[in-house]
Amino acid sequence: MSRTTFTLDDLKRILLEGSGVPEGADLRADILDTDFTDIGYDSLALLETASRVEREYGIELDETVLGDATTPRAFVDAVGAHLSAQPV
Amino acid sequence: MTDSVVVTGLGVAAPNGLGARDYWNAALAGKSGIGPLTRFDASGYPAKLAGEIAGFTAEEHLPSRLLPQTDRVTRLSLVAADWALADAGVVPAQLPEYGMGVITASSAGGFEFSQGELKSLWSRGGQYVSAYQSFAWFYAVNTGQISIRNGMKGPSGVVVSDQAGGLDAVAHARRQIRKGTALVVAGAVDALLCSWGWVGLHTGGRLSTVDEPTHAYLPFDDRACGHVPGEGGALLILESADSARARGAAVYGEIAGYAATFDGPEPGLRRAVELALADADLAPADVDVVFADAAGEPELDSVEAYALTTVFGAYGVPVTAPKTMTGRLYAGAASLDLATAFLALKDGLIPPTVHVEPADRHGLDLVVSQPRAARLRTALILARGHGGFNSAMVVRS
Repeated sequence: MSRTTFTLDDLKRILLEGSGVPEGADLRADILDTDFTDIGYDSLALLETASRVEREYGIELDETVLGDATTPRAFVDAVGAHLSAQPV
Repeated sequence: MTDSVVVTGLGVAAPNGLGARDYWNAALAGKSGIGPLTRFDASGYPAKLAGEIAGFTAEEHLPSRLLPQTDRVTRLSLVAADWALADAGVVPAQLPEYGMGVITASSAGGFEFSQGELKSLWSRGGQYVSAYQSFAWFYAVNTGQISIRNGMKGPSGVVVSDQAGGLDAVAHARRQIRKGTALVVAGAVDALLCSWGWVGLHTGGRLSTVDEPTHAYLPFDDRACGHVPGEGGALLILESADSARARGAAVYGEIAGYAATFDGPEPGLRRAVELALADADLAPADVDVVFADAAGEPELDSVEAYALTTVFGAYGVPVTAPKTMTGRLYAGAASLDLATAFLALKDGLIPPTVHVEPADRHGLDLVVSQPRAARLRTALILARGHGGFNSAMVVRS
């Protein structure tokens, strides 16, 4: 069964599973509007994260999501938009 | 001499010791790290022994961000580099980033990581392959990760010449330092004791299939029957003598000479020895100890013994092969021998070649069973890579 909601907690969990925690980063802090690069995640970490989201949620993210979603808020919103566009 | 290149730090990860001190104590005690393979079920393979590193827990040494993107070989390399830098008293963040380089050798890259990803690819599909596979397998990955972790942006690279690589990387580092880079992390750590790597090692045709750890790897012995593979190696901090002096660093010794040759109609090992001595401006009589390549294969042992007796005379110089305690570590082996040579110079002790009864026909003064005390100032390290690579390096205290 594919899931229908994607929250910041889901993103943190998948980041952690796929890419670990960057040195000195605190994922419990308010990171919603912090750039991924400032948290310590590079483009490859986002590629790995997107791939895991696609597998887990049974969706295909547009490649533009990776380029445009530079913060957790933007990433969560982009995935949410894909989920709501899915046929039920 | 202003272009002198010195070694100021050692980082060791070996099957018989983690860290230079543990390893050196084990080597002097004749403690072997060779035993039955435990990493996977090797019962179905002809060779069943290996020199495995036990007790290395990457989580204790590295941030979690690095774990999903690194093979075992890279984790060992990163930690060995950390230890070498600490030993040299170097804090990379305090030095100019373009003045520090990283040059390692590799013979396999991240094999175990790749094995896992290929399994995912075949069994579940391409979308289950980690994005980090793009570099985690790669020969240059250890150089890259050490460089990123320590902010080292100077001349860097990787050389691939099997066991000769452990010396070739250090030689290349010496070149870069002579051209103006202040410090280079150099050497090699190899680790490919996964089932995929194990199959690959068997194709070389030189693995010992003896099951008894004390009889499996016996270079220069009439019972020689191939080698036992191991994992690990050493990374060294190389600096220009001027730079080391300027920061008041303790110095293990100097990289005094080096040469590499390739086998042609005649084996090239002897020529490598002679050229390395010429590069160091030393005579054979100046060499106090030789760390042998020690293939453990009868023909290759004869070639090495002949090279040594031709240059030094029969029984003309003490020879040792402490890799009888670790197995052959491929690219890591010669770097570990190099680190061992510096430890030997420091303490005036030649570590033993264990379990070997040298054959008289080789004419070698092999240091067996026990360490031998000696006045040591100059050491020669030999390494051969599969396919015809020969490298020789001379170091001086």
